[in-house]
Amino acid sequence: MPPHKIGTEAQIVQFTNCRILRGHELIWEDLWIREGRILDPEKLFFEEKKSADVKKDCEGHILAPGFIDVQINGGFGVDFSLTHEDISAGVALVAKNLLAYGVTSFCPTLVTSPPDVYHKVLPQITVRNGSSKGAGVLGAHVEGPFISHEKRGAHPDSHLRTFEGDAFQELLKTYGSLDNIAIITLAPELKRSHEVIKELTSRGVCVSVGHSVSHLKEAEEAVRNGARFITHLFNAMLPFHHRDPGIVGLLTSDQIAPEQQVFFGMIADGIHTHPAALRIAHRAHPKGLVLVTDALPALGLGNGRHTLGQQEIEVDGLRCCVAGTNTLCGSVASLDTCVRHFLQATGCSVETALEAATLHPAQLLGIEKQKGTLDFGSDADFVVLDDSLNVKATYIAGDLVWKDKTFSH
Amino acid sequence: MRLVILDNYDLASEWAAKYICNRIIQFKPGKDRYFTLGLPTGLPRNHPESYHSYMWNNFFKHIDIDPNNAHILDGNASDLQAECDAFEKKIEEAGGIDLFVGGIGPDGHIAFNEPGSSLVSRTRLKTLAMDTILANAKYFDGDLSKVPTMALTVGVGTVMDAREVMILITGAHKAFALYKAIEEGVNHMWTVSAFQQHPRTIFVCDEDATLELRVKTVKYFKGLMHVHNKLVDPLYSMKEEN
Repeated sequence: MPPHKIGTEAQIVQFTNCRILRGHELIWEDLWIREGRILDPEKLFFEEKKSADVKKDCEGHILAPGFIDVQINGGFGVDFSLTHEDISAGVALVAKNLLAYGVTSFCPTLVTSPPDVYHKVLPQITVRNGSSKGAGVLGAHVEGPFISHEKRGAHPDSHLRTFEGDAFQELLKTYGSLDNIAIITLAPELKRSHEVIKELTSRGVCVSVGHSVSHLKEAEEAVRNGARFITHLFNAMLPFHHRDPGIVGLLTSDQIAPEQQVFFGMIADGIHTHPAALRIAHRAHPKGLVLVTDALPALGLGNGRHTLGQQEIEVDGLRCCVAGTNTLCGSVASLDTCVRHFLQATGCSVETALEAATLHPAQLLGIEKQKGTLDFGSDADFVVLDDSLNVKATYIAGDLVWKDKTFSH
Repeated sequence: MRLVILDNYDLASEWAAKYICNRIIQFKPGKDRYFTLGLPTGLPRNHPESYHSYMWNNFFKHIDIDPNNAHILDGNASDLQAECDAFEKKIEEAGGIDLFVGGIGPDGHIAFNEPGSSLVSRTRLKTLAMDTILANAKYFDGDLSKVPTMALTVGVGTVMDAREVMILITGAHKAFALYKAIEEGVNHMWTVSAFQQHPRTIFVCDEDATLELRVKTVKYFKGLMHVHNKLVDPLYSMKEEN
């Protein structure tokens, strides 16, 4: 029997009857939480001589780290790139609604916009921990404006920029400040991009290559200078060619130092990438695959016309195009839907599918000690999933922040 | 002694588990009435092969024991002799050991009481014999230099003080040790033989472990299995009673 607890001592919660993702495997093991972090029960037993205050039965379900989405343009009617809205409220609304998809951390993404939009919006996207109010914000992902004209996709032509002039200073003037920026997507073929990449990397910003007509050599140079992500592989870049693999070739490039792991985002909604292409990318470089949604403001709403930044788009089922064209411009598949599609399309293990939405994005951002795993000491952000990987409950810092009606917690 | 022979490792383990379960139930433990289980010892706490890790993963995490009631010898204590003396005292304070469960080494040792250990020894620091180091190498990737050479252990005398002793022996490599322990005399070279002088000892083994015994011995004890099996008939469930 545990001794009587004094009121001020932190509560120890033990989640039992569950399979947890640990050491790249799903094992039948209990998950112990205290003060918002994952606890080592063996240490607790022998060194502190304590036991659990509360036990929660997880009905045999799977406990995985909370999902992390590093590319999401908005959702539920909120567009992160629009200034006339109350951005803080918008981010909060999306953060709250993402909990139902098992997302516990995300990077609000801004598409190519004029400088005044960045100056107004970025300061309002503050980095913060998640809570019952919503998923945590890891920093903004600014996709553009330093991208290729040819591969701009749905990004508005008039606001594209180059580094001519002042290179890094140009970038700083455009965004205003790097303070709340986690990831920048740019095209490495732009002149002087390499010095910009170097400078950004030295300041701790994650640089991603995308929306680009770069050949493999330029992309490799970008990686050598610090770039470590590829924005939605296959989309908005030169197609793979067997004599010039382009950016896709980074997956198997031998010109990159082994310590410089390259990650690549994939929108596994069944529309942006053919399942066969998804399989090829996965098999070529499984440890680098990061599932992203590239979700639109229309996420969570139905079919019809919506906006994205300065553009109008048309949503039909899971397919979203720039209005009046066939240009894909983002998706409305939630991250948990992508995890399930990825699992089914590649036939990979459940552990692999889960890591693509948890461990890998955390490693990309260098935060794997706090997020993306269920290792001892990391933040207790996790999801309860059934065997088909449907989200049953979401926990942030050990607190229940969302649950399905049918779940008992 | 009782010699209980089961067909294989799994059946032997299951029999022993049911027996221990029944003994605990019969004892009627309560808030202030502790059933004391003794188990042999040894390594640094957070080594994956440490005794603490082993006991946590295989036993403690599956039961609702109060952590304050789990006592494991600490090989990292600053004064090892004091640690051993304190352990003996804790056993005494808990009212003595009701059931001691242990295995046997290929050299016939109980706990780490290597050949030559005094049969009246108490908890102390022991240097391990080469046989034991070799046997444990598999837990250290076969690297002999990584295997600890010393261990804290309960003494033969400490175990003899327990009210009941259960020894589990499985596998052909233990057969000779079992023979020496029960068919030859009490000898400090095969310390498990000390239990011939204990009033309540039970040896649980599989067929392979009996390979060096006389056919007569094996037949005699197998003939008693119907009596032995009564000891593992399920008693009431404590959970249901409460």
